[in-house]
Amino acid sequence: MSEQIHSLPADAMVLSDAEIAEIDAEIAHAPYRAAVAIDALKIIQAHRRWVSDECLEALAAYLEMPPAELEGIATFYNLIFRRPVGENVILVCNSVTCWIKGCEGIGAAVSQHLGIEPGETTADGRFTLLPITCLGACDRAPVMMVGEQKFEDVTVERIPAILDHGEGATPG
Amino acid sequence: MSELPLTRNVRPDRSPTDLAAYEANGGYQGLRRAMAGMSPADCLEVVKDSNLRGRGGAGFPTGMKWSFVPMENVSPGHKYLICNADEMEPGTFKDRMLLECDPHQLIEGMILAAYTIGADVAYIFIRAEYLKAARLLREAIAEAKIRNYLGHDILGSGYSLAMHVHASAGRYICGEETALISSLEGKRANPRAKPPFPQVSGLWGRPTIVNNVETLCNIPHIIERGPEWFASLGRGDDAGTKLFGVSGRVNNPGCWEMPMGTTIREILEDKAGGMVAGYGLKGFLPGGGSTDFLVEEHLDLPMEYETIGKAGSRMGTGTMIVLDDKTCPVGFVKNLIEFFAQESCGFCTPCRDGLPWNAQVLDDIEEGRGTPEDLDTLEQHISYIGAIGNTHCALAPGAMEPLQSALKYFREDFQRHIDGGACPYREAH
Repeated sequence: MSEQIHSLPADAMVLSDAEIAEIDAEIAHAPYRAAVAIDALKIIQAHRRWVSDECLEALAAYLEMPPAELEGIATFYNLIFRRPVGENVILVCNSVTCWIKGCEGIGAAVSQHLGIEPGETTADGRFTLLPITCLGACDRAPVMMVGEQKFEDVTVERIPAILDHGEGATPG
Repeated sequence: MSELPLTRNVRPDRSPTDLAAYEANGGYQGLRRAMAGMSPADCLEVVKDSNLRGRGGAGFPTGMKWSFVPMENVSPGHKYLICNADEMEPGTFKDRMLLECDPHQLIEGMILAAYTIGADVAYIFIRAEYLKAARLLREAIAEAKIRNYLGHDILGSGYSLAMHVHASAGRYICGEETALISSLEGKRANPRAKPPFPQVSGLWGRPTIVNNVETLCNIPHIIERGPEWFASLGRGDDAGTKLFGVSGRVNNPGCWEMPMGTTIREILEDKAGGMVAGYGLKGFLPGGGSTDFLVEEHLDLPMEYETIGKAGSRMGTGTMIVLDDKTCPVGFVKNLIEFFAQESCGFCTPCRDGLPWNAQVLDDIEEGRGTPEDLDTLEQHISYIGAIGNTHCALAPGAMEPLQSALKYFREDFQRHIDGGACPYREAH
């Protein structure tokens, strides 16, 4: 990470007015600026899908904290993305009940349908495939999410309809 | 049929209960009662007398936990109440139902809990993927503010409370209460050394209580109806009702409110409908992914903290994961250990290095590369990592629970993998 960053006060300008407004709303009920680090990372991600180096450095400056500390926080959490992701992040649960009910086959079917491995994004930028821990809907296993939609009792046969048309979605 | 207060507003289609429907069914009566003439000390006595125990997994008496919060001669500043809605224990899906179906029940419980401990700020720490629940909670908080159940001078009592929703960014360890506090402060979710306990020095160094969703949802009913009524809901020694769940190859997986002390057989057979045809019961984790296996001989035990503890496991979250006879126990435990290894915060060595080591040994056994010495290696890890006090928090000891009990009940299956050089379940699964 560049040393120059700290000497550039205009750095926060990387962040949009809308992002700054949302981050300020969090700061308003926090005891100090760095306390909103996770909320702010999520705000940036909601606007841009992922958190680039440039954004991370700008945010660290805005929250008055070292970029390395913010990087340590960003990389700690499973759902802060430090690499670009597609329009829809697919989360396939791989925890124990979904494993019993065949999640390995579900993940393979998604991979095959989209031509990507876990961690990859489709060439058209529509989908990124990631494994996820237990999604808390084990009575309807196997379970997956696509963007903000949840899919329950998933079968290998349903994968094309789920991915192509969002068939059978319930709000996450 | 005994009364089931927690799920009285849960509809079959699981649509949310809004403020009008909640009030029409007696909602916010507990709060009105407290604000009209109960002191915080009165509320604490009622909750203590109810013998409510924490529903998040540890089962600590709620009233006793609250009683450690300093009430007099407190230095100026905030006190905090936090609802732990970071439901990430594998196989656990009970709090989701309460959050999605009846958000006002939780909010009323939180207001009463905050009033009892003198907190002026409350947070709901909810896992990242519970998007619908987080939206419903934000809407419910806005509704409650309009009716002056929240905000300044609640119902003219002079008591004020602000409530915020914090959506997590995803990490299992956030469910540990001191790690949750670290995360709420915007940091990596490393657990903290205790003492000091959060009741004295928690969020931003201030007195803090962290309670599970289901625990807090009991509070309005206890305040409104009293401790004797609450005790009468349980069948045996434990008071109240509990959400019990079953997942795995059963006919009707789901989550149901039942009296404390309901037998495992009733939950598995009457509610969950027994095993799917062609599958037999091999064992089950009674309360989520970090509890010890129980087996068929335990089916007639009541789900009570002490009884399940004496049987060698824990009530945990009360949501059972069923291992059927066509699923490999080694693969089952490997899946869990890989989860715990991934979700370790990395702070202490036994957890950070020990869990991946165990995962590797289990992978070797599952893939037919196991040796007889591997079982000794697992046993050594169980005695080292599994002992509370050797690790910074309870994550790694919890991870060892399904492994140690799998070796106890299903050792033959591990041996067959090693002797045969392959997983004997591979064809069946």
